[in-house]
Amino acid sequence: MSIKHGLLALLDQGPRYGYQLRTEFEARTGATWPLNVGQVYTTLGRLERDGLVLPDGEDEEGHLFYRVTDRGRAELRNWFETPVPRTNPPRDELAIKLAMAVTVPGVDVQAVVQGQRRHSIQALQDYTRLKARALAAVAEPAAGGTELAWLLVLDQLIFQTEAEVRWLDHCETRLAQHRPQPVPAQEPAPGTGEQEPAPTTRGRGKQRQGER
Amino acid sequence: MTTTTDPILRLEQVTRVHGQGAAEVHALRSVSLAVHPGEFVAVMGPSGSGKSTLLTLAGGLDRPSGGRVLVQGRSLGELSRRQLAQVRRRAVGYVFQDYNLIPALTAVENTMLPRELDGVPARTARREAMEALAEVGIAELADRFPDDMSGGQQQRVAIARALIGERGLVLADEPTGALDSSTGEAVLAVLRTRCDAGAAAVLVTHEARHAAWADRVVFLRDGRMVDETGRQSAEQLLAAAAGNAQGGEL
Repeated sequence: MSIKHGLLALLDQGPRYGYQLRTEFEARTGATWPLNVGQVYTTLGRLERDGLVLPDGEDEEGHLFYRVTDRGRAELRNWFETPVPRTNPPRDELAIKLAMAVTVPGVDVQAVVQGQRRHSIQALQDYTRLKARALAAVAEPAAGGTELAWLLVLDQLIFQTEAEVRWLDHCETRLAQHRPQPVPAQEPAPGTGEQEPAPTTRGRGKQRQGER
Repeated sequence: MTTTTDPILRLEQVTRVHGQGAAEVHALRSVSLAVHPGEFVAVMGPSGSGKSTLLTLAGGLDRPSGGRVLVQGRSLGELSRRQLAQVRRRAVGYVFQDYNLIPALTAVENTMLPRELDGVPARTARREAMEALAEVGIAELADRFPDDMSGGQQQRVAIARALIGERGLVLADEPTGALDSSTGEAVLAVLRTRCDAGAAAVLVTHEARHAAWADRVVFLRDGRMVDETGRQSAEQLLAAAAGNAQGGEL
């Protein structure tokens, strides 16, 4: 996650001091990725070293303000214009866990899948409750960009978690195909469960074939 | 969420078997579920897991091979055909993927239809329908015909129709299947609001994002209920409350 560009984006809207940057960053992201003030000042220090921001004086309370430089603005524009690279997918503990689970004997992979699905859907329920609130906040006449920003972040969390659940559903189907469960052979194939079987039709069809 | 009331829907060890002998298919195997007023329950599972069977049994559209289905405390299996039809009209509303509105009737006429079938005077039915449409946020569309409404608006009419009068249970089968993601979300938000106001809903879906609007998510696989999520289930809360009450008496 790019704290550096997040801070540049905030400073692009006018000079700000460290604590203010932290508060505004968290308001837009619902404190999903909490920042501590130390991180903010470390990052500001690096930005200043690279010539992307400059100190902009102190107020009477001693808050040290920063402002973005032209170089900083160019860097920010470049960030917005460049897609976030997906060349190195982040290490995913769940994918690694399942990759290990299918190869380690004695692991009930289906239970691993279901346990994770339950957990992920619970998270999804929590996000959705937050979203219901955020949707109401966005609909308020006084709502501004901050409410919308938080809603977009929540949507992202929701879609990402949903993708995980869909992948888990898919894993389950794959596992059923490639590792037959020790169930009795007369068990009906999944997918036929909700249809009324019509055994007579087949007989009739055969007859008709015979007649021809 | 109301938890002290009796469930509006209860499935007790419900089994549904289609066919016989070698062709026997267990669509549902001993499924138990209770849904209370104010509760929103989602049922998830892959195709053929029994989701839709569960919904048709809950609505009295089909009869179980074993176990009991109770709506508002009345066991559907013990009702006459006429009584069952009455429960279907008065207690349960359905919402489907394809809205099922009558094209020749306006939104308000579609909404009031079940009440008119029930013998309620037209003026009362219309007033109730207007209230129901207002509750789903489309009172201003009352005189529109379905063809002049968007999918999301039509689905809101269907929800209003499902909850008109004293009907308190909505059975929804993939109601957002034909809608784009933000319209679908708005429809679910309406269902959520209706449940927060005291209705009960059972939503069948294979989409986790939609199921997440529910208080509880139950998972079906091969006709069995394999897991459940959510805040503490109403059953657990009731059991705890009953335990406390007993303790108090001793």
